[in-house]
Amino acid sequence: MTTDKAITWFLRCYVAVIFLFVFAPILTSVVFSFNSDRFPSLPLGEFTWNWYQLAYQDPDIWEAIRNSLVVSLTTATLATFIGFCTAYTDFRYQFRFKNAYLALALLPPTIPLIILALAMLAWFSKIGVSGRLWSIIVAHTVLCAPFAMAVIRLRLQQMDKDLEAAGWNLGADEWRAMRFIVIPYTLPAIISALCLTMAVSFDEFMIAWFVSGLNKTIPVFILEILQGNVDPRIYALGSFVFIVSATLVVCAQLLLSTNKPSTRSG
Amino acid sequence: MKSVKPGLDAYALTWRLPVIIWQVLFFVAPLAFMIAMSFFLVKNYRMVEAFELANWIKMFSRDYFRDTYWQTLGLASLTTACATMLAFPAAFALSFKVSENARRWAIFFLIIPFFTSYLVRIFSWYVLLAESGVINKIIGFLGVGPYTMLNTMFGTMVGYFALTLPLVIILQTLSMSSIDRSLIEAAHNLGAGRFRTIFQVIIPSAKIGLVVGALFCFILSFGDFVSPYYLGGSQPPTLTILITDTTKSGQQWPRAAVVAVTMMVTLMVIAFSAIKFAYHNRSQ
Repeated sequence: MTTDKAITWFLRCYVAVIFLFVFAPILTSVVFSFNSDRFPSLPLGEFTWNWYQLAYQDPDIWEAIRNSLVVSLTTATLATFIGFCTAYTDFRYQFRFKNAYLALALLPPTIPLIILALAMLAWFSKIGVSGRLWSIIVAHTVLCAPFAMAVIRLRLQQMDKDLEAAGWNLGADEWRAMRFIVIPYTLPAIISALCLTMAVSFDEFMIAWFVSGLNKTIPVFILEILQGNVDPRIYALGSFVFIVSATLVVCAQLLLSTNKPSTRSG
Repeated sequence: MKSVKPGLDAYALTWRLPVIIWQVLFFVAPLAFMIAMSFFLVKNYRMVEAFELANWIKMFSRDYFRDTYWQTLGLASLTTACATMLAFPAAFALSFKVSENARRWAIFFLIIPFFTSYLVRIFSWYVLLAESGVINKIIGFLGVGPYTMLNTMFGTMVGYFALTLPLVIILQTLSMSSIDRSLIEAAHNLGAGRFRTIFQVIIPSAKIGLVVGALFCFILSFGDFVSPYYLGGSQPPTLTILITDTTKSGQQWPRAAVVAVTMMVTLMVIAFSAIKFAYHNRSQ
C-alpha cells in the first residue's frame, strides 16, 4: 500500500513538473512585461509599465492590431460558415465519395504550415492576389474551416435526427427547418467555432508572414522583432495576445460545456 | 428516418459545395501548383514555367541538402521518441490517478497553450535559456553552470517540446482513460505486476492513441521553423530553415518547392506507416 501511495505522489509531482514546463513561458512573459531591465533575467528589476507604454505609443503596433483583428474576424466568419455547411452535410447526407469529401474538408491542419505557406505564396502570386490582407484571410480560412467543422459536427451529433424530420412533417420546408431547428440547436457550437477559429487565425504567423507582403499582423510583427535584438516590448505585446487568445478559448470551452443536450428531444 | 428525399437539390448543394469550392481553389490548387513549380526554371531572376528536372537534380546532388534532410528527420524522430516517453507518465497519472473532474480540467489547461502564441512562448524560452538567463541564474545558486543552451540542439528540442508535449499528453490521456478498467483489474488478479500490466495491457490497448500522438509530434516538429531558427540558432539547420531562406532571399522558389515536396512525401510515408502500425493486430 505504501509503495502505491509513493507512486501516486511521484506521478502527481511529475504532472506538476510537466505543467510547470508548459506554463513557465507564459508566466515569465507576464512577469517580465512589468520588469524594468532591458534583458529580462534574475534578480528582477523594478516594476514598470514602460514596455506597455512603448508598445501603446507605437503606431506600427496599432496598425498591426487593426490588421490582425480584420483578418481574424473575417477568417472566423468565413471558416465557421464553411465548417457549418460541411458539418451539416456530413450529418445529414450519405453519398458516394463521402470519404474523399471529408478528407478534402479535414486535411489542411495536418500539412505543415511552412509548406502551406510556400504553396499559397506561389499560387497567390500566380493568380495575382498576393500581398494583401485578403491573401491572409483566404489562406487562414483554409486552415481554420476544419476546426469549425469539428466543433459543429460534435454538437450535431447530439441532435436527434427526428427533430428536423418532425419540422418537415409539421409543414416546414427544409430551409425553414434549418432556420428554426438546426441553427438554434447548433448556435452554441457556432459561436464556439467562431471563437476558436478566431484564436487560431489571431496566432498564426507562418502563412501570414509568407503571403502578407507589407501588411503585418501582430504575430508577424513579433516575428520581425525577434529577428532583431531582445526587446521587452514583445512581452507587453505577448501578454496582450495571450489575453485575447485565452479569452477566446475559454469562451469556446464554456459554450461547449454549459450547453449540454438540454434541448434534446425524448 | 429520411422522410425528405435525400437527393441532390439546391438545398443539398448549398451545404455541400462551399467547402469543395474553397478547398479546391485555395488548398488543392496551391499544393498542385507547388508540385508543378518544383519543375519550373529560373532565368534572369524570373520564374519560367517549364517541365525540367533541373531543380531536383541540383538539390539532391548537394551534400548540404542531403545532410539537412537526415538531420531534420533525425531530430524530429528523437523529439518524437522523447516526447512520447516524457508524456507517458503524465498521461498515465491523469488517466488512472486523478478524478475525472481533475482530468477534464487538466486537458482543458493543456489545450490553452495550443491556441496561444507559440512565438511569444519561444521568445520566453529564449530569455529563460540564455547564458545570463533565468535558468542559468537559478542553477548558478546551486553552484553549477552556466551552460550554453541557446543555439544548440538542446535549445531546438526545448522548443519542440513546448510545441508538441501538451498535444501528445492530451492524445495519450484520451486513449488511456477510455481503457476498460476491468481489463486492468483482471491483469492484477491474474498476478501481473505494475510494469507487466503497463506493458502487456495498457500500452497495447492504448496503442492507437499513443501512435497518433507520436505521429502528430513528428509532423509538428518536422515542420516547425521557429524553434530550430531562434532557439537552435540553425545548429543544425533544418529543412524548414532551408525553405524560408530560399524563399525569402530571392526568386529561387522552385528549389524551395523541391524541399517542400520532399517534406510532404516523407510525411505521407511516415503517416501511412504509422497508421498501418497503429491498426495492425488490433484484435490482440
